[in-house]
Amino acid sequence: MALDKPAGEIVPAAFDADGNQYGYIHSIETGAAVDGPGMRFALFVSGCQFRCLYCHNPDTWKLHNGKQYTVDAIVAEIAKYASFLRIAGGLTISGGEPLMQAHFVGEIFRRVKHQLKVHTALDTQGFLAAHLPDEYFENIDLILLDIKQFDPIKYEALTSKPLQPTLDFAERMIRLKKKLWIRYVLVPGISDDEQDVAGLANYLSELERQAPGLIERVEILPFHKMGENKWVDLGMKYELTDTRPPSQEMVERVRAQFSAKGLFCC
Amino acid sequence: MNAPQDNLQLTAWRGFSAGEWQNKVLVREFIQANYTPYVGDDSFLAGPTERTTQLWTELSVLLKEERKRGVLEVSAQFGSTITAHGAGYINKDLETIVGLQTDAPLRRAIMPNGGLKMVENGLKAYHFEMNPEIKEIFTKYRKDHNNAVFDVYTPEIMACRSSGVITGLPDAYGRGRIIGDYRRVALYGVDFLIADKKREKTELDHVPFTESVIRLREELSEQIKALTELKIMAKKYGFDIARPANTAQEAVQWLYFGYLAAVKEQNGAAMSIGRISTFLDVYFERDIAEGTLNEAQAQELIDHLVMKLRIVRFLRTPEYDDLFSGDPTWVTESIGGTGEDGRTLVSKTSFRVLHTLYNLGPAPEPNLTVLWSTAFPQGFKEFCAKVSIDTSAIQYENDDLMKPKWGDDYAIACCVSAMRVGKQMQFFGARVNLAKAMLYAINGGVDEKTGKVVAKGFTPITGDVLEYDELMSKYDIMLDWLARTYVTALNSIHYMHDKYAYERIEMALHDRDILRTMACGIAGLSVAADSLSAVKHAKVHIKRNEAGLAVDYVIEGEYPAYGNNDDRADDIAVWLSTAFMEKIKAQPVFYRESMPTQSVLTITSNVVYGKKTGNTPDGRRSGAPFSPGANPMNGRDTNGFIAAGFSVSKIPYESALDGVSWTASMTPDALGHNAADRVKTLAASIDGLFGPHGEECSTCMTTDAIDEKMDQLFHLNMNVLDKDTLLDAVEHPENYPQLTIRVSGYAVNFVKLTREQQMDVINRTFHAKC
Repeated sequence: MALDKPAGEIVPAAFDADGNQYGYIHSIETGAAVDGPGMRFALFVSGCQFRCLYCHNPDTWKLHNGKQYTVDAIVAEIAKYASFLRIAGGLTISGGEPLMQAHFVGEIFRRVKHQLKVHTALDTQGFLAAHLPDEYFENIDLILLDIKQFDPIKYEALTSKPLQPTLDFAERMIRLKKKLWIRYVLVPGISDDEQDVAGLANYLSELERQAPGLIERVEILPFHKMGENKWVDLGMKYELTDTRPPSQEMVERVRAQFSAKGLFCC
Repeated sequence: MNAPQDNLQLTAWRGFSAGEWQNKVLVREFIQANYTPYVGDDSFLAGPTERTTQLWTELSVLLKEERKRGVLEVSAQFGSTITAHGAGYINKDLETIVGLQTDAPLRRAIMPNGGLKMVENGLKAYHFEMNPEIKEIFTKYRKDHNNAVFDVYTPEIMACRSSGVITGLPDAYGRGRIIGDYRRVALYGVDFLIADKKREKTELDHVPFTESVIRLREELSEQIKALTELKIMAKKYGFDIARPANTAQEAVQWLYFGYLAAVKEQNGAAMSIGRISTFLDVYFERDIAEGTLNEAQAQELIDHLVMKLRIVRFLRTPEYDDLFSGDPTWVTESIGGTGEDGRTLVSKTSFRVLHTLYNLGPAPEPNLTVLWSTAFPQGFKEFCAKVSIDTSAIQYENDDLMKPKWGDDYAIACCVSAMRVGKQMQFFGARVNLAKAMLYAINGGVDEKTGKVVAKGFTPITGDVLEYDELMSKYDIMLDWLARTYVTALNSIHYMHDKYAYERIEMALHDRDILRTMACGIAGLSVAADSLSAVKHAKVHIKRNEAGLAVDYVIEGEYPAYGNNDDRADDIAVWLSTAFMEKIKAQPVFYRESMPTQSVLTITSNVVYGKKTGNTPDGRRSGAPFSPGANPMNGRDTNGFIAAGFSVSKIPYESALDGVSWTASMTPDALGHNAADRVKTLAASIDGLFGPHGEECSTCMTTDAIDEKMDQLFHLNMNVLDKDTLLDAVEHPENYPQLTIRVSGYAVNFVKLTREQQMDVINRTFHAKC
């Protein structure tokens, strides 16, 4: 079936003079336990077409702000931890938006999955996924899908891009029988509206009904302002200076909305 | 020994599987023949009984008062012995396990054998009077350990001691790190043990009386006397422990009496209790099967024992507290492990002991140490992880690494020192300062802080830039000098400790013929490694004072730091540990033919070591604390938790058989979004770090690891805490009486640390959510 391909593009595969594929990495963290199951090797790649108001890593937006690494170098680095990761976690590629460098990221996933036999997870908002063939996702065990709002207008106001490609991606992953963790950043005044949350909960429970067990969890990520300094450092105006983290009551209320729909929410 | 089995034994050993353990002192064989492995989860555990809660409440009042005063009371009129004090109680009607070090809870004893000076200074610091009679005895009639050691020290050792290149030597306090096999008291009763000691002595009646035989015979006589005193001590509480224990309650009580005698007689730096949980479990299982004990009662016995272990106290000096902060006693209990036959040594009582942290709330003592095995049942793995997350009060040491060395009945003394219970002891040797030794290499043996010559006969580096090869060759010979001076000091100390402050009751609960280790140690590993890395990978300029002494360093460029799983730096740390161990081994004499070992452990002395060390070539400022143990320098391990753990794992256990300590702090939300995730993730992470790991081929189509490069983490001293909690506790200590934090091989009440040490803990790397 033909998908509408959204604006914005995947950067072409890049090779250095020796023919080694490379890409841009913002940072590496060993010991990330909040980006997928267990204790993980997290690779934060640079580049993102979204401009989310609450982004806590705006320094990852520009592709070339990252440091250049070859696929070989990255896989060799992950290989150091493979025995640990097989027991305790896996690899998560996050960003930025990893699919902006889909070729680079895809090659890392392929090698890590086949050569190192390590669990793989992709943290994405799915915006660019329609450009990629189904086979692309074969080397990814788990999709951490960020759905930032369910109201299309509010979504675009928040992220600067349309919502629909993300929903298309969710539905496609369900068709492909991919496991999903839905991630929802809860920001007072931006994503806390009861109707919006209810809309998303209904939508997800409908997907879950089509393919029980695939949506393993919905994670509510309470907004925090740890990224504010980065905005200032980059000379940009941070719009959420006066926004507070959600109250515990609000977090519980939102969790309950998802739980009520039979979704495991934490 | 072949004592006929009398009726007392038949009663005490009813229902147990028979074996050679009934004829000889063989506690391990008894455990193996009789224990019940437990592979379930924590759902069977019972909460505190009313008695427990009331007793703990009463004790808490005293503990609060003690926190206020530093020391609650001192029994200063006479020196402590096993029988010096009458019976003492917290509240006799509530206690199911009795016995105090003196005649009242938290009243500290004095033990002048180790050193009168320590007693005098301790009393003075807390405003207590010294009994002039005791002073007269120990100045006029009787020499103490402290004085004896200083009679033989060389001027060089004295200089090292005062400059701080060697620190913490047990020459003024009890050496500790000896674990009596207190289980023997319960299993055999004291008369059996006395008979066995007599046999051991008789065997030496007709051998050539060398000095070592004469010494041993005198020691055996002392051991027999101590065992006799142990019976007298128990009598004061109304118990006849000449015979073996008949019930679970008696087993706990008898065992505790053995331990109590030790802490009445010795103020060793670390007075560990051994590996008692699964031993006691045999008695618990029997009583439960006989219908005389239920779960609540079993837990009550353990809770009451643990309360006693929480109030073990020694009178110490402020200088001692600077080194080992927070009033620690290292009542280390080693829990779990796997048997040589592959069965887990986890029993229900392994759970019960950890459960005291819930029933009584968190506490630093006893120093609960899980001998983690990747073969543990999942239920126990997850319970341990849960306890860590909830209390930050326990530590993990790698049974997979230790079992091949020490078998399945070793225990940890102090923080990380493994020893086979009743069959091995160590001569505790504190540690040398590798970072300061490097400054000596640069300055030709002249102390960078005082300008005094500490190491004689060395030439300094005279250039303006540190050259790696030149520094290494000078450092190498400086470390030779340090190892030589250090081992000389340790030989002196332990000769005199045996002579003047012999651990009679602890050694009475050992076999006669044991393995002794000479437990050397190193501090400043990360500072030294990073300094060498800076010199190798960046350019380090020397800044000199008017006297020409190198006192500061300017680094041009960047260098890889130890703690990021980067071999360029980590290999240097591995070299340091391995090379210094070789230099120790190369020494010609070890007192009592002891086997030299080494630890990478600082306890809290990393702060004092830092104070005594000038600017270092890694960029660390003069006086700034070192990282503890084998930890990377605070804030330099920027690649995350796993990378830091992998770096520490590279320090080979073979080069540091006395333990390699890593303390890691994590915020709870960095371990996962919910409680269940956190437990699973922490348990799996410990497995991942303790299991073999290392670099794998990233281009091969196989998961075969490169065999020769597989590392295993030895120690994980785990905190799961928010920094904000600690900051708040600094400001409002009254709200955090039981806040417990792991520092370096042991745990402390956070509010009992000095402010400086509190800030050191707070400034350590917290692996947080990014």
